[in-house]
Amino acid sequence: MVIIETKALTYTYPGGTKPSIRDVSLSIEKGKFVILTGPSGCGKTTLCRCFNGLIPHFYGGELKGELRVAGLKVDEHPIYEMAKQVGLVFQNPENQLFALSVEKDVAFGLENLGMPRSEMKERVNWALQMTGIEELRERAPHELSGGQQQRVAIASVLAMQPEIMIFDEPTSFLDPLGAQKIFEVINELKNKLGVTVILVEHRLDLASKYADQVIIMDEGNIVLDGEPREIFNSETAWLLGVGVPKAVRLWNVLQENGLVLKGAPVSSEEATQFLREVLKR
Amino acid sequence: MSVFEGFRFRHATSPIHRLDPRVKFIYVLAMFIVTLIFTQFLPLVVLFFLQVPFVFVARVRREWLRSLRGALFLVIMIFVFNFGFSYLYQNYTTVASLLEYSLAMALRFLVLVESFSVFFLTTSPDHLSLALEQSRVPYEFTFAFTTAVRFVPVLAEEAQTIMDAQKARGLELERGNFLKRVRNYIPILIPLIVSAIRRSLELAEAMESRAWGATSKRTNLYVLKMKLGDLVLLFSSILLVAIGVYVYYFVPIPPLSRFLPPLPF
Amino acid sequence: MIEVKGIYFTYPTGVEALKGVSLTIGDGEFVAVMGQNGAGKTTLVKHFNGLLKPAKGEVLVDGVSTRDVSVAKLARKVGFVFQNPDHQLFSETVEEEIAFALRNFGFDETTIEKRVTWALNLLDLTEYRKTSPFMLSGGERKRVALASILAWNPNVVILDEPTIGQDHRQKENLRQFIVQLNGQGKTVVVVTHDVEFVAECNPRVVLMTEGKVVADGEAKKILTDTTLTLTASIVPPQITQIFLGLKDLGLPFDVIDVSEARRILLDYLEGAKH
Repeated sequence: MVIIETKALTYTYPGGTKPSIRDVSLSIEKGKFVILTGPSGCGKTTLCRCFNGLIPHFYGGELKGELRVAGLKVDEHPIYEMAKQVGLVFQNPENQLFALSVEKDVAFGLENLGMPRSEMKERVNWALQMTGIEELRERAPHELSGGQQQRVAIASVLAMQPEIMIFDEPTSFLDPLGAQKIFEVINELKNKLGVTVILVEHRLDLASKYADQVIIMDEGNIVLDGEPREIFNSETAWLLGVGVPKAVRLWNVLQENGLVLKGAPVSSEEATQFLREVLKR
Repeated sequence: MSVFEGFRFRHATSPIHRLDPRVKFIYVLAMFIVTLIFTQFLPLVVLFFLQVPFVFVARVRREWLRSLRGALFLVIMIFVFNFGFSYLYQNYTTVASLLEYSLAMALRFLVLVESFSVFFLTTSPDHLSLALEQSRVPYEFTFAFTTAVRFVPVLAEEAQTIMDAQKARGLELERGNFLKRVRNYIPILIPLIVSAIRRSLELAEAMESRAWGATSKRTNLYVLKMKLGDLVLLFSSILLVAIGVYVYYFVPIPPLSRFLPPLPF
Repeated sequence: MIEVKGIYFTYPTGVEALKGVSLTIGDGEFVAVMGQNGAGKTTLVKHFNGLLKPAKGEVLVDGVSTRDVSVAKLARKVGFVFQNPDHQLFSETVEEEIAFALRNFGFDETTIEKRVTWALNLLDLTEYRKTSPFMLSGGERKRVALASILAWNPNVVILDEPTIGQDHRQKENLRQFIVQLNGQGKTVVVVTHDVEFVAECNPRVVLMTEGKVVADGEAKKILTDTTLTLTASIVPPQITQIFLGLKDLGLPFDVIDVSEARRILLDYLEGAKH
């Protein structure tokens, strides 16, 4: 079942001379893990903001084309309605936490929605549990590490139980171990709850193993859209300067040297496995 | 900055911390009223020492002392001003009574500082904002308040980083005459302001994405409920005002000189 | 030359960030200070230009203790590029921004003009000379920050987490630029947790964890040592991970680089043929 669908989506920021996204047509199925990537300035952040209504409602500007998210036409619904279906976790953990305790932050969205207190308490507990941060519930956000803060942000969005969760470069400020933890949490949400995940990332070596679909953008257009294996293997991805995982690069390089290889690994574990088979021959 | 330390919330578990901030505020108000009623030294001394047990129960003795120390400068000024002014304008009966009056004025200020200090030291900003919300203050204001408090340490750190970055480019903040020194702060203020603006934009995006404005009937995860301790404090505060008024009208208060050995003046 | 002799440092908040660190960085070296967030990397390098002074021990820059000299004076020799360019940009034009440090250091206007032009050229920013830095994109602002530090030609350049938020191509450009800088004889110190970035450069690595240096040596040796990477909570490079999984086939595992990996695998297959 398709949960996000766009046709010829084009958007220009107010005062912008050219569109940030141009003629974008894609479809994303419910419950899938999609990686959205591309060089800086390609429009991936803009596209994410279209999905939850920040564009056009918060930013203004001109949005053309069709866009349907969770059955809703984005331009016809205010952001607070979209927020119930689509959650957005931002890049900087510090600037998404408002309250003086983790608990209160996780409840923020629910308070805004006017949820009764007893129900709210249950949701907050559930969200803290799902993201593994129950022991942090009374801490102040400033005392937490970047990785912990991001998990709080994820919990606060999760608490609203959206069908779709979008993560805009959530690990930019985290070290690789912290980044790994975040990707694991995100993957858990997809597996356990069936949340549709859209992850905008540059660090493909850590995240690619979770993806069902990879979309690569460049200069506002979608350039590649398909299965991770074929996308990462393609020449185009490499030419665009996308950070294709090293495992794939090794594979390509071996193939250039005449090795006949089947399949392409997307993660280091797969690469080890595949190589083992090749070497045993 | 030490005087501010005497007013910043100190996290601890004490019965005082657990009291409803609205009731604590009424206590402060009561203190305020009673303190202003009296201009004699003795009742003010009583009021001063009346609050000391609170300080110990709340375990905020160190910070409280700091606030008093910080207020010392103003206290001395008030004393000097009152004494000097009245002396110059011959506005007194005896020097002893003038001394007592000036001391009382200074003490009055100290008592006020004391009660406000205890209030702020034992009330977390979260608690405070909750009290404001339940007192029907529009949520926009309480939200602005809590968010500001939340970001104070973040901004402080950022200011330090910016200073470091500019110092590493040869900026010397300590040098130069007054005008130059003021100009030297431009490379610090501008990045700070720009950063604050960028931050507000990101915060706004995050707020909107978490359904800000979905309904005017916002609910709250916490709720303030008045407990026995709160009712006791409430009652005591009202009693305090009542006693204060009674004493003012019906109980003659001896001047300080009655208790001291005879003075040359 | 930077000599660090048994330094300890505690922040005013009470956090003990450095617990006895000693090392020496010679002129012209290329060093990557690595470790997870909170290990003390940034705290350490802030001692190199005197922004922080050690509580115990001392830091000598070209034989002079950082306690005896102002930050401004040390900055002449040691340039520090901060992580977030927005923490230093404040001028009306890119030109002014780059000239700022030069003015602070007392260069005359003619030299300033020349140096600014040179720095703009070096970082491909000539077209933005008269542009406001706030109008530029994130990547361009990073280049302006870098240009403004390189303008006064410090002997040592410290870069604090330069790869954060950058896409692959930008990282590649940065890497080549850093290698170029080092090739020109500058001492380059990069604070980073980006293992892949370091694997591509293979510099000297100083690995830190919890305020101490746990390893100091060649990137290849350190990043492939599983005990070390576990202690320091860092993730080994992908190529290393792949080879660690093939250890039992008798393949070496101190590999961090794709071309070396290819060579080893092809050799193995050649060998296996016979």
